[in-house]
Amino acid sequence: MKTEVDIVEFNGGNVASVEYCLERLGIRYRRVNADRQPDGSRPLLMPGVGSFGGVMNALSKDGLDGTITKLVRNGTPYIGICVGMQVLFERSDESADIPGLGLLRGRLVRFEAEKVPLIGWTEVRAAQASYDDGFVYFVNSYFPQPVEESVTLYMADYAGNFCAAVKSGNITGFQFHPEKSGTFGNALLKRTIEDACRN
Amino acid sequence: MPVATKSKVCKRIIPCLDVSGGRTVKGVSFQNLRDVGNPIELAEEYERQGADELTFLDISATVEQRNTLPEMVEKVASRLSIPFTVGGGVRTLDDALNLLARGADKVTVNSAAVQSPKLINEIAERCGSQCCVVAIDARRSSTGTWEVLVKGGRESTGKNAFGWAKECVERGAGEILLTSWDRDGSQQGFDLELVKLFAKNLPIPVIASGGARDPKSFIDVFVEANADAALAASIFHDGIYTIAQVKSQLQEAGVPVRPC
Repeated sequence: MKTEVDIVEFNGGNVASVEYCLERLGIRYRRVNADRQPDGSRPLLMPGVGSFGGVMNALSKDGLDGTITKLVRNGTPYIGICVGMQVLFERSDESADIPGLGLLRGRLVRFEAEKVPLIGWTEVRAAQASYDDGFVYFVNSYFPQPVEESVTLYMADYAGNFCAAVKSGNITGFQFHPEKSGTFGNALLKRTIEDACRN
Repeated sequence: MPVATKSKVCKRIIPCLDVSGGRTVKGVSFQNLRDVGNPIELAEEYERQGADELTFLDISATVEQRNTLPEMVEKVASRLSIPFTVGGGVRTLDDALNLLARGADKVTVNSAAVQSPKLINEIAERCGSQCCVVAIDARRSSTGTWEVLVKGGRESTGKNAFGWAKECVERGAGEILLTSWDRDGSQQGFDLELVKLFAKNLPIPVIASGGARDPKSFIDVFVEANADAALAASIFHDGIYTIAQVKSQLQEAGVPVRPC
């Protein structure tokens, strides 16, 4: 695969920040959406703005949920950011009635802290080999609780330790915003995309 | 679930740039820039210097000047790898949507929200609370509390600032940008009593603004007054201190900050 990605665009999503970041990194992209569905020839990049329920509703309305699930189960790499990562899981306490894509087992739970959402920078610690610790920017009220701990890629601490990123097979997901996390975050996103395109 | 512990979230240092007609209004004393009036170059330089976020305040006097804001936002968004907030031009939901669509991460609303509080609900519902920062300009009143000022501090409303902040929270504000009008531009330190009242009693982050003088100002506003972030302009624009100097002293004082 060349270093190119398909950015999933759906009603209510905002792809601008991610696209600007890819341009800075010199990574080519095109948008896929309801009218121009992905075909699995490039990794899928799922940006994240909004709520779990809002995003899942938009994906199913656009018929993208089934397409994405099928492609990913067949091996197409998936890179999710924020809510784009959250929808990988089975369900979220944020939108109890709406199921996620279910590509990873587990659910999203809400922070129990003085201030929610978490808005700001904190350190993430790598849980898998060859990844570095660093500081990244979070904007979230919910975080993942994967059933299998081995999928955890990064951990962070906010009113207790929480899973901040996941990586399992062809799936990678960041709860934080790598495109907004300075040099470290941009490099992490670039590495993730390059790894995905290499496979 | 674990009880809320002292979180290690970094305190944020946020330089603020006043812009008008696509240019920064006040000179900035960086030596190494070709164009010290160019907000995009300044933004990149502040990012290099270790700013955690940036805020742009549009203080345009004319419609023509204000119309250049979205384009500036787009250019900033294409170059910056840290979050940035835009304010000063937001009177309606459409204004907010326009700036967010161009790449701003957050917008601030001030006088327009006081005039029409449902604007906060509209932005929060449509874009998410995290995109909606309500800026509150506060001045001490004779009764020992603080009142809300609007229109760039020119008009007093008689509204209690803390009460207004609580209403903003209920309406969906994601953060409060709290400016002490008594301290703004004074370089006498932040109004710690004001910031503490808000930061300790509101369930959303409070960004302190007004009065930054030296690294100790920042230590005090974070440690004593519990602010989540601090906004500053002259102290950085005039080259009095660098972000690195401020963060270094914060680290020595045990305050969690993102390393430069």
